[in-house]
Amino acid sequence: MAGFLDAVLLQAGYNAGLVTIGATLLGFAAGMAGTFLFLRKRALVSDAMAHATLPGIALAFLVMVGFGGDGRNLAGLLLGAGASALIGLYLVDWIVRRTRLAEDAAIGAVLSVFFGFGVVLLTVIQSLDRGRQAGLEDFLLGATAGMLMQDAVLIAVGGALVVALIVILRRPMTLVAFDPGHAAALGLRVGRIDLAMMGLVMAITVIGLTLVGLILIIALLIIPPVTARFWTDRVARMLLIAGCVGGAAGYLGAALSATAPDLPTGPIIVLIAAGLFTFSLFFAPRRGVLAAVLARRRFQARVHWRQGLLSLARAEPIHDPLTLRILRAAGAIRPDGVATDKGRALAAKSLRDERRWDIARAIHQDTALTGRYDGLTPIEEVFTADQIADFDARIGPPQPVGAV
Amino acid sequence: MPERLRLAADDGAMLGDHADAACAALSVRGMTVSYGEKPALFSVDATFPIGAMSAIIGPNGAGKSTFLKAALGLVPMVSGEVQFFGQTLAKARGRIAYVPQRASVDWDFPTTVIDVVLMGRYRSLGLLRRVGRAEMALAQEAMARVGMEGFATRQIGQLSGGQQQRVFLARALAQQADLYLLDEPFAGVDAATERAIIAVLKDLNADGKSVIAVHHDLSTVVDYFDHVFMVNVRAMAQGPVSKAFTTAALSQTYGGRLGAGQLDQLHPARS
Repeated sequence: MAGFLDAVLLQAGYNAGLVTIGATLLGFAAGMAGTFLFLRKRALVSDAMAHATLPGIALAFLVMVGFGGDGRNLAGLLLGAGASALIGLYLVDWIVRRTRLAEDAAIGAVLSVFFGFGVVLLTVIQSLDRGRQAGLEDFLLGATAGMLMQDAVLIAVGGALVVALIVILRRPMTLVAFDPGHAAALGLRVGRIDLAMMGLVMAITVIGLTLVGLILIIALLIIPPVTARFWTDRVARMLLIAGCVGGAAGYLGAALSATAPDLPTGPIIVLIAAGLFTFSLFFAPRRGVLAAVLARRRFQARVHWRQGLLSLARAEPIHDPLTLRILRAAGAIRPDGVATDKGRALAAKSLRDERRWDIARAIHQDTALTGRYDGLTPIEEVFTADQIADFDARIGPPQPVGAV
Repeated sequence: MPERLRLAADDGAMLGDHADAACAALSVRGMTVSYGEKPALFSVDATFPIGAMSAIIGPNGAGKSTFLKAALGLVPMVSGEVQFFGQTLAKARGRIAYVPQRASVDWDFPTTVIDVVLMGRYRSLGLLRRVGRAEMALAQEAMARVGMEGFATRQIGQLSGGQQQRVFLARALAQQADLYLLDEPFAGVDAATERAIIAVLKDLNADGKSVIAVHHDLSTVVDYFDHVFMVNVRAMAQGPVSKAFTTAALSQTYGGRLGAGQLDQLHPARS
């Protein structure tokens, strides 16, 4: 525990500190970039793109070894990753445009073929006796043990650039994500804006390779925005919340894995993000599961209350235990089930409102008003006092409940 | 008889009959649009006058929406030429507002009514300028014109279908355009919303703006519009409603889909 605290406070050593800062920045940038990916409904395309980086990494390694290097130059490997991700992205796009295949089929095909090819290349590299091939498989799930200052700087600069570009492009990207037809009619180049968005996602994928790995980077792009969606109905706030969720997951995940070096950093970061998502899923106000259950129960209680009052008014026996409980709790009936004075008054009002609605339907042709009858909405919310007085004049004087 | 039924090859773009293009809000020559091998529109010529309330009518799948989208460059044309106010689309874009079909967007999108209306101000806001007081006032005025002033901060998914359509119209109003292109603005809306929308459109028209709407309900064509364009893959008829909206043109456009009894109830101009 003390070790975790040290790591959270960036006191767990130079390397752990670098990893934590890098993971936080990467998480923040990934959450923001992922927001537009999610809003444009292109999440799976980015998964194909991430998997398509693997053959590029392997080929870049082979090329660098071929030119006599040791093949472990990070910039060179990431360049290869980016190039093959672009080819994968282009292929998905081409298949959707030129064939009758749907996007999901194109994504599946590109993802598996590129990844398979990459794994074959990795196997070939393992059997070579040239270069320092050990460590290429770290790009699959990320590894932070050997992270250098220059890697951290790469992540920091790349992440900051991505965030800056998102801030600049947020308006056109929002327009295109919401209504591409209208955006195009305004003169926006929808294709280019989509390309810019995918470019930002690709940048995140490539700079996140060392930390999170190509298999799990999709999680860091998608979990923060779906988590943020639970808490807000506005894009600007969603961007900020998604960035913070991603940043928090990166920060805590890196700190946790620094204290337990056997735990892989990438998966830990993803699990923490998933924890934040699960919390939001249940406890977010309005959109969360708990809020939905509570709203449903409130509605159910209103229905039973109304039905119970009408039953009292018509002197019908009530058997439903929930109805009885609600009426009792509100003091409308005594414990033995007999209506109190208050209950009788409320029941008479309910019955009278039903009669008022009957009259309203008979004399008002405007269904926009009478259509609002749902058995629950108080009539005073729909009609004015003088209208209701008019209904009452047609019903006649009030009658005591049970006198009929 | 329909006023016009001819191929572009007869006297289309190559004869250069663009004398009327400059005084038309939208002028299309020889427009052919195809999804795959089957043309959705074939060699369509159409002219919509400036300052008119124009309806585009035709059966389902006749290419009405495609016509608007192709004119706006949203779907590619195989051939054809489009002019707005005698200019190219790129030059005239700032004078055009487009209201797509309501079903074309995801209404669970995390945005509010005022934010959607402000999207109409994008061309003047650009990338980085903050929404100023003048822009906000324009958006609020647009919301008030469609009767949505109390709904500014409502999430758009919590609106009824009619209210969503009003928001789309408000976004177009905020663009302060000269030509409004609407794709089925009355589809699936309540009666009160239909009245509100047509009142706004007639106001625009009274101010000299041009309106072109894809329209489904033949029984309201005479009341709502003064120019009509009938299309069923080919251009079938066009002209002032009083002249072109005839029983003969309707039965030609709709084929056997309209019975004789239905046609008589529409009170079209006698042919």
